Amino acid sequence: MKLKKILPQAITLLVVIIIFGFFTMNAQLNMENRGIDFGYGFLSQESSFDVQFSLIEYSGSDSYARAYLVGLLNTLLVSILGIILCTILGVIVGIARLSPNYLIRTTAAWYVEFFRNIPLLLQIFFWYYAALRALPLPQDAEAIFGASYLTIKGFYTPSLIWENLDIFIYSVIAAIIAIVFVRIQAKKLRENVGKHLPVLNISIVILFVLPLLTFLFGGVNVGYETPELKQLAKTSFKFEGGLSIPPELLSLVIALSLYTATFVAECVRAGIQGVGKGQREAASSIGLNRKQVLNLIIMPQALRIIIPPTTNQYLNLTKNSSLAAAIAYPDLVLVFAGTALMQTGKAIEIVSITMLTYLTLSLSISFFMNWYNAKIAIVEK
Amino acid sequence: MFKYLKQLTSLVAMVAVLFTFTTETMAAKKSKTLKNTQKKGFVRCGVSQGLPGFSNADAAGNWTGIDVDVCRAVAAAVLGDASKVKFTPLSAKERFTALTSGEIDILSRNTTWTLSRDADIGLTFVGVNFYDGQGFMVRKSSGITSTDQFKNGISACTNIGTTTELNMRDFFNSRGISYEPVAFEKADEVVAAYDAGRCDTYTTDKSGLAAQRTKMSNPDEHIVLPETISKEPLGPVVRQGDSVWEDIVRWSLNTMIEAEEYGITSGNADMMKTSDNPAIKRLVGAEGEMGAAFGLDNDWNYRIITQVGNYGESYKRNIADTGILPDRGPNELWTKGGILYVPPAR
Repeated sequence: MKLKKILPQAITLLVVIIIFGFFTMNAQLNMENRGIDFGYGFLSQESSFDVQFSLIEYSGSDSYARAYLVGLLNTLLVSILGIILCTILGVIVGIARLSPNYLIRTTAAWYVEFFRNIPLLLQIFFWYYAALRALPLPQDAEAIFGASYLTIKGFYTPSLIWENLDIFIYSVIAAIIAIVFVRIQAKKLRENVGKHLPVLNISIVILFVLPLLTFLFGGVNVGYETPELKQLAKTSFKFEGGLSIPPELLSLVIALSLYTATFVAECVRAGIQGVGKGQREAASSIGLNRKQVLNLIIMPQALRIIIPPTTNQYLNLTKNSSLAAAIAYPDLVLVFAGTALMQTGKAIEIVSITMLTYLTLSLSISFFMNWYNAKIAIVEK
Repeated sequence: MFKYLKQLTSLVAMVAVLFTFTTETMAAKKSKTLKNTQKKGFVRCGVSQGLPGFSNADAAGNWTGIDVDVCRAVAAAVLGDASKVKFTPLSAKERFTALTSGEIDILSRNTTWTLSRDADIGLTFVGVNFYDGQGFMVRKSSGITSTDQFKNGISACTNIGTTTELNMRDFFNSRGISYEPVAFEKADEVVAAYDAGRCDTYTTDKSGLAAQRTKMSNPDEHIVLPETISKEPLGPVVRQGDSVWEDIVRWSLNTMIEAEEYGITSGNADMMKTSDNPAIKRLVGAEGEMGAAFGLDNDWNYRIITQVGNYGESYKRNIADTGILPDRGPNELWTKGGILYVPPAR
C-alpha cells in the first residue's frame, strides 16, 4: 500500500534527475571538447565597455558585476515607472469604460481594443522611431515651460540642487508616519463614535506643511540647474546640465505602459462589474452618497477581483521590459546578456544569472501582490 | 529504494560516457564536421543579417559577398557544388553561440580575429579575408573632417557585442573625451537611428561604414573620417576541436588568394591544368595529392576556382564593382603593395 503511494513519485523524481543529469553531463562534455571553461570568476574582471545610461556611477574600468547592477537597476527603473503609469491609466480607462457618457465609454473601448491587439515590439519600434522622426534636433527645439526641451537626443529639464536634502527626506518620512497615525485614529473614531474626519484633507495638509517647515527652520534650500545648449560641431548640438532622459527610456516607458494599461483596464472593469448590483443598491438605500458607495462598498470588494489578474500584468510588464534591447535602452538583457555575454563568451553562466534575476524579480512582485491581496481579503467575523 | 536509484543513475551515466567515447574515436579518423556536411549535402554557414559586399541577400534570397564566397568555396571543395550552402543570418550577439552550439559549421560574418575570442570561447580563426579598421561616419553638414574635432558629449551609435564598443571606449578615453554610447542589437537599427539624427557619429569597421552608407536615405550627406582607430582583421571562424575541418576552411580561403597570385581565374583554370609551372598545376588539381590529407579528392581546389573564382574576382564582383570600396588598399596582394600573403599550397 505504502509502496504503491511512493513508487510513482520516486519514478518521477528519478526521471527528472536523469534528464537533468544527462543535460548537465552533455553540456560539460561538449564544453570540455571545445575548450570552454565554466565559472563565475569573470564577474570580477574589468568590463571595459561603457553604458549609455546608468543610475549609479559606472565606467568601463568597473567590473562585470557592476555592469550587471547597472543593467538590473535600469530594468527596475523602467518596470517601476511602467507599473505606476499603467496602473493610473488602467484604472482611469477601466472606470471610463463603465461611464454612462457614450463618448467617454466608446473612446476607452477603442483605446483598449487598439493597443491590446498590436504586438508590443511593434509598438516599441513605433514610439521610438516615431519619436526620432518627429522630434526636433536640439538646436531647433522650442522650450517647454521656459526651460525644458524635448529633442531627438532626449528630454532635458532643469534639475534641482538640494542643500540638506537628508533633512527634507526625514521630514517627508515623518509626514507619512503622521498620516498613518491620523488614519488609524480616524478609523477608531469612526468605528467607536461614528464621527467622520476629513482624512484626505488632513493628510494633504500634513504632507505639505511638514516638509515646508524644513525650508524655514531646517536649513533646507533648493536651487536649480537649467539645461544649456552646447555646440559640438557646425550642425551638431546638445544640451548640457540639468536632468536628461534618453529617448530610449521615454519611448520604452510609453509603449510598455500604454500596452499594459489596456489589460489593467480590463481587470478593473471586470472587478467593478463583478460586484453585485444589490450591493450598490443596498449601500444607497442606507444613505451613503455616490463617493462613499464607490470607496466603502464597491472598491473594497472589486479590489479582491482586480488584484490577482493585475499582478500577472505587472509581471508581464517587467518581463516585457527586456524588449528594450531592440531600441538600445541599456537594460539587463542588453548590457549583461548582450554586451557582457559577447565580450566574455560565458553564455551558460550569464544566461543562468539573467534567468535567475528575472525569476527573483517576478517572484518578489508576486509575493508583494499576494501579501496585499491577503490583506484586503474578506475577514470573516 | 535509494540504493536502486543510485545504481540506475550510474548505469545511465556509464552508457552515456561509453557512447561518447565510441563516437569520438570514430570521428578522430575523419572530420566529424566533414562527415556530417557530406551526409547532409550542404554547408551550414553563418553570415550577417545584411552587409552589402560581405554577406547580403537580394530580394530572391540569393546571398552574395566576399564572406559568402568563403562558404561557397568550402561547399565547392567538399560537396562539388558551390551553391550547396545553407545560410543562417546571425546578429553579432548570436554568432559565436550559434557556432559553438553546432547550429552552423562556418562563421563567415565580418568577424574580428582577437586573442580572447580565439583563446577563450571555443573558437578557431582560420585566416583573414579582409583587413579592416574601425572608423567614424559623420554628417557632411557638421563640418567635421577629422576625429580631432570631436568634442565632449558627442553621441555615438554602434552595435552591441562587437569589438567596436571596446575600441570606441579606448579611443575616447585616451583622448579624454566624454561620450554617449548608443548601442543597438541590429545593424539596421543603428543605421536608422543615426540617419534620423539620434547620434552625431556612427562607428564600426570602415568597410561596414562604406557598405551601410549605401543604405542611408541620402548617402551623399555622410562622410567616413580618414582616421582608423583599430586593427580589424576579419575572417572565417570554425569550432575548436576539429582540425581537419579547420584545415579545409583555411585552405579553401588560401586557395582563392593564391589563385589570384598566380593569375588563375574562373575563366582560365582549365587552360592552367596544362601549365608549365608546378605551383599552378598544384592549385588546379593537375599535380600532387593536395586533397588526400583532408579526405577530399584532387580536384577540390580546381572546383573552388572555377565555381567561385579567385579572391580578386570575388573582391571585384562584390566590393569594387558595387562601389563600396573600389580601392583595395591593404587587401591587395603582397606582390602588388598590399598585405594579402598566404602560405604556399604545396
